[in-house]
Amino acid sequence: MTISIDPQDSNTKSLQPKGWLRYFSFSLDHKVIGIQYLVCGFLFYLIGGTLASAIRIELASPMSDFMPRDVYNQVLTLHGTIMIFLWIVPVVNGAFGNYLIPFYVGARDMAFPRLNAVAFWLIPPSGLMLVASYFVEGAAQAGWTAYPPLSITTPQSGQIIWIMSVLLLGGSSIFGGINFIATIIKLRRPGLKLMQLPMYCWAMLGTSLLVVLSTPVLAGTLILLSFDIVAHTGFFNPVLGGNVVVYQHLFWFYSHPAVYIMVLPAFGLVSEILPVHSRKPLFGYTTMVFSIMGIVVLGLVVWAHHMFTSGTPPWMRLFFTIATAFIAVPTGIKFFNWVATLWGGKISINSAMLFSCGFIINFVFGGITGVALAQVPFDIHVHDTYFVVAHFHYIVYGGTVFIIFSSIYHWFPKVTGKLMSEKLGILHFAITFVGFNLCFAPQHWLGLNGMPRRVAEYDPQFQFVNQISSVGALLMAISTIPFLINIFLSIKNGSDSGDNPWNALTPEWLTSSPPPVENWEGEAPLVEEPYGYGKTKTKEN
Amino acid sequence: MTTLDSSKEIKKDESKASEHHEDFRMFGLITFLIADGMTFAGFFAAYLTYKAVNPLPDGAIYELELPIPTLNTILLLVSSATFHKAGKALMKNKNSDTQKWLIVTALLGITFLICQLFEYFNLPFGLTDNLFASTFYALTGFHGLHVTLGTIMILIISWQTRLKEGRITNQNMFPLEAVELYWHFVDGIWVILFIILYLL
Repeated sequence: MTISIDPQDSNTKSLQPKGWLRYFSFSLDHKVIGIQYLVCGFLFYLIGGTLASAIRIELASPMSDFMPRDVYNQVLTLHGTIMIFLWIVPVVNGAFGNYLIPFYVGARDMAFPRLNAVAFWLIPPSGLMLVASYFVEGAAQAGWTAYPPLSITTPQSGQIIWIMSVLLLGGSSIFGGINFIATIIKLRRPGLKLMQLPMYCWAMLGTSLLVVLSTPVLAGTLILLSFDIVAHTGFFNPVLGGNVVVYQHLFWFYSHPAVYIMVLPAFGLVSEILPVHSRKPLFGYTTMVFSIMGIVVLGLVVWAHHMFTSGTPPWMRLFFTIATAFIAVPTGIKFFNWVATLWGGKISINSAMLFSCGFIINFVFGGITGVALAQVPFDIHVHDTYFVVAHFHYIVYGGTVFIIFSSIYHWFPKVTGKLMSEKLGILHFAITFVGFNLCFAPQHWLGLNGMPRRVAEYDPQFQFVNQISSVGALLMAISTIPFLINIFLSIKNGSDSGDNPWNALTPEWLTSSPPPVENWEGEAPLVEEPYGYGKTKTKEN
Repeated sequence: MTTLDSSKEIKKDESKASEHHEDFRMFGLITFLIADGMTFAGFFAAYLTYKAVNPLPDGAIYELELPIPTLNTILLLVSSATFHKAGKALMKNKNSDTQKWLIVTALLGITFLICQLFEYFNLPFGLTDNLFASTFYALTGFHGLHVTLGTIMILIISWQTRLKEGRITNQNMFPLEAVELYWHFVDGIWVILFIILYLL
């Protein structure tokens, strides 16, 4: 239901303050909520990044001399949880989804604006809870996976706060997912067919299906885990007859799809950015749609590939290896399509394009190590080593975070009506790309040589490679500085971008920048070919 | 970000939106119920896995009697029917009949909860006795929580169906239909729960 707001009603007026105060209010405007998600997520990214720097400083030397071992475990847990639940998931779904989806479907707002605002406002308090849990006696130190019996036997007050916080964030995620599904399916402008939607809508539809189907299972699992801690039941406690592997199954039933929840929206965003900056239609639209849906279906049945060393029976290993290998097919199709989109295009080398190309390079590498990890004999060899850390960061940082930055450069003129500095943007990209690869590429070698992850101390023979990795992390930390300078300078004195600086055809650019509260003056435009570059007459130079 | 300042009046015209779109609140509710159902699915999966993999240790007691849960199944199924009656009555603009049927439904829900508590107090095992006991209480408790919330919602909508000043009318049936769908969902979950926990 679209919320009707009577301008005469003083109650609703106070609900919608003007100016920057909007961003601190319970606003129902999807554009405000999108920015709220983005800025809130970025603040948590800075916290999570600081923790990551602490980890890399510790690992610069083989002994645990920078912080005690249990503090290392707590920092590690907090880093993982913050980056996943407070940075990547809210930003790549909530921020861009809220800002773009109503434009893409030709609506004036999301299907359920109030639920949307509730979903956002669950995040700051639960994020603060999570950060606060670090300071209570016995902070969570079982990693972001919170595997029992570790999570049951370590000091528990922090673990309980951790569970409550993740439950709230899961709730926020589910509310968001319901809203996206309803908006995309039900709120489309009349005449707009599903197969005419920009690709990000399809990505968000697939992602939201995964959120709705898998997040509740994590919620149920965490409730059982909290019973184990508080009421001393024995669901996952072997001493009381429980079964730890059941936790792993239930946890990964959410947390494997969670990888797709983090990366499918990035697939959608890059499909928006590449055609605009290479002036060519998106290659293979239909295969893209089927690939996304294929990834959604397969993504739900591959979770046990995280558990090959948990006494998994042979038939299960066989099934999950094959299913996992199959995911490479739709993913590969998408990558070939993106390369084909670039092929022969009129490519502009700008910050958005560079980050998108960086994404393609990093993600292909992360994808190849992913296929390798799906093979049982190899996986048993490198399980719980730095190889897994490297693979995972190539997917979520080299993949998704690169696309988040790319999208910020691409849509910044839309949100503010100002252009960002390209020089600072390219500097940001160069430092990030070099720093990222310097940080994580050597970790493949570390993992193959048997350095275990999640341990503060390591064999001195690994010191040199770890120091290279730490230098890379330092560069990644430094790369934030040109980015932040760029943002603030551009907001303050960026040059005027006009309504459509990229000459894009997708619907969000067919209104003024920044857009009016009701998105369009008058009727929403019907965009039948969002990628019709070179077909319809655009204002090409 | 002062550039975002657009001093436009906020106009979200409901009538314009409803010209083109059917009511999709029900669609959102169904999506939510699918999510809720997945939580139960996780619990059921855990229970069935425990049953297949973890044998009951020596001396542990896990015995369930059938009479009370059978009665409870009948209570919930009847309550689904009475709720349906309430909806039919509202369609014919008979608000007082609707209220009667809703109160009957709520009473059936309350009786269900009382029977459930009676069963809890008479079971030979407690929450932490063994794995099956814990899972039994978690599943029935989570379902009982749903029945409790449903009963409260039924009482609220029956109050809102009153002729004078009531918000739910023949023209605005969505709250009643939403709670009805939720109630049928909770009944359906109970039937699955009854089969898996008591009969298997």
